[in-house]
Amino acid sequence: MAEPVVAEKKITLSKSDLYKVAWRTQFLQGSWNYERMQNGGWCYSMIPAINKLYQKKEDRAAAYQRHLEFFNTHPYVTSPIIGVTLALEEERANGAPIDDAAIQGVKVGMMGPLAGVGDPVFWFTVRPMIGALGASLALGGSIMGPILFFVLWNVIRLATIWYTQEFGYKAGNAITDDLSGGLLQMITRGASMMGMFVIGALIERWVNINFTPVVSKIQQQKGAYIDWNNLPKGSAGIHEALSQQAGGLSLERLKVTTLQNNLDSLIPGLVPLLLTFLCMWLLKKNVSPIIIILGIFVVGVVGHVIGLL
Amino acid sequence: MSAISMVLVVIVAFFAGMEGILDQWQFHQPLVACTLIGMVTGHMAEGIMLGGSLQMIALGWANVGAAVAPDAALAAVASSIILVQGGQGVKGIGSAVAIAIPLAVAGLFLTMLVRTITVGIVHLMDKAAKEANSKMIDFWQYVCICLQGLRIALPAILLLIIPASAVRGMLEAMPAWLNDGMSIGGGMVVAVGYAMVINMMASREVWPFFAIGFVIAAISDLTLIAIGALGIALALMYLSLDKSGSNSGSNNGGNSNSGDPLGDILDDY
Repeated sequence: MAEPVVAEKKITLSKSDLYKVAWRTQFLQGSWNYERMQNGGWCYSMIPAINKLYQKKEDRAAAYQRHLEFFNTHPYVTSPIIGVTLALEEERANGAPIDDAAIQGVKVGMMGPLAGVGDPVFWFTVRPMIGALGASLALGGSIMGPILFFVLWNVIRLATIWYTQEFGYKAGNAITDDLSGGLLQMITRGASMMGMFVIGALIERWVNINFTPVVSKIQQQKGAYIDWNNLPKGSAGIHEALSQQAGGLSLERLKVTTLQNNLDSLIPGLVPLLLTFLCMWLLKKNVSPIIIILGIFVVGVVGHVIGLL
Repeated sequence: MSAISMVLVVIVAFFAGMEGILDQWQFHQPLVACTLIGMVTGHMAEGIMLGGSLQMIALGWANVGAAVAPDAALAAVASSIILVQGGQGVKGIGSAVAIAIPLAVAGLFLTMLVRTITVGIVHLMDKAAKEANSKMIDFWQYVCICLQGLRIALPAILLLIIPASAVRGMLEAMPAWLNDGMSIGGGMVVAVGYAMVINMMASREVWPFFAIGFVIAAISDLTLIAIGALGIALALMYLSLDKSGSNSGSNNGGNSNSGDPLGDILDDY
């Protein structure tokens, strides 16, 4: 893919051209379609650069058409690809022998591997984590939840778009070599580890299942519960009862154990974990997530009516 | 609801629809969309809480490859309009969440419709490109984005036209067992999103991290930020140990990760 680079430069892209392109990549997915996916948004993003680099009408027409080819990747990691493509177009406009196939080759060559970085890092690590953080604050009605989510996310996003485009533009062809090598793979691996760790925690915290059936009612031994009839009168009695409870005595004479208590004594969150595994298995069997979601609601309603949940 | 509130709700809905496809500023995420609708209708607190509940469910919803996720934008916008119109306050959040899920599914149909219409528009872009007319390419790009905005704004207008009393009547007609059952389902449905995330990232190398995270979450003193910090620390430790270890030979763990998910994505795109 690496074409020889011609040293002499007549037309170069200015900082403001690069800003314009970076701004436009935010609308990349606007014309997402089933035929060529992100092609329209890609061409839209490149327009300021194309118009700067090419003055002749037929050159421009050829450039627009060349950038309306099929393209699809994660919207944020498009920026490094844009950066590299800008560098290539700049060389070409200055007479370097870079043909359409080379440019298309770079685009297609990068979009697959980079989607493999963008999806797990942004959709499956950063957004669930910032989202969970914001949502846990929001559940209590705090405005800090949405604000935190919105600000953190957009700072990360805008920084990614701008700096990776710059990186791509400066690196030119070199970035494709780096992809197979080191840094990006490290980031993906680290993000998956971090993501899996947090997801494990979230399942324990946020998946709620409570089995209500009573497994046993045991008459407890004398001295294991608070003997309400033999407490001192008045506030002294309250004091005595509270200190007995703090000492580990049960409030009731009967010890009621629900199915949930039994399960929790194995390990808290066991049932949510099993439910998650079931969902993973169903998804792997190509059951649509929508069917699973609706199924869970049916189970919730039926389970509640028969007294299981 | 006052006329100004209604106009603002429609504007928020339009932004949510645009972002539903662009996926940049995140106006379509429930946490943001529900809060904004709550804000413009004067039901800020309920909006934030509804947004939090829905966000929990929608955490793992993302369109990757063949898996089409439910439409968070329509779910968030419609359920918060219903919550406001229903007038039950914080009590209505449970049923609003329950209503949001079928709406998220219905939203998929609209998404597919717009993405199909866009195929035709892209051919108009081709024509503009042939004529070297970049202004027209820009124009059609904006048309597509506006179509995506209308995808959510039109249903929002429809919901606003239905009188509040009708919405309230419908909510009150829901029997308690159905309502409670739906809330229980809502507590469990979160698992689907997590399962999608795990299926995407899981490999032999990262499962131990999952196990540690799961066990550690039972310590309720640890906040999510603390758990996040722990996760980062563990991942950094692992990576640097792995790097120093790989010099002496074994590199098996390193490659097992990229093989599977990357291959899947490549096939899907």
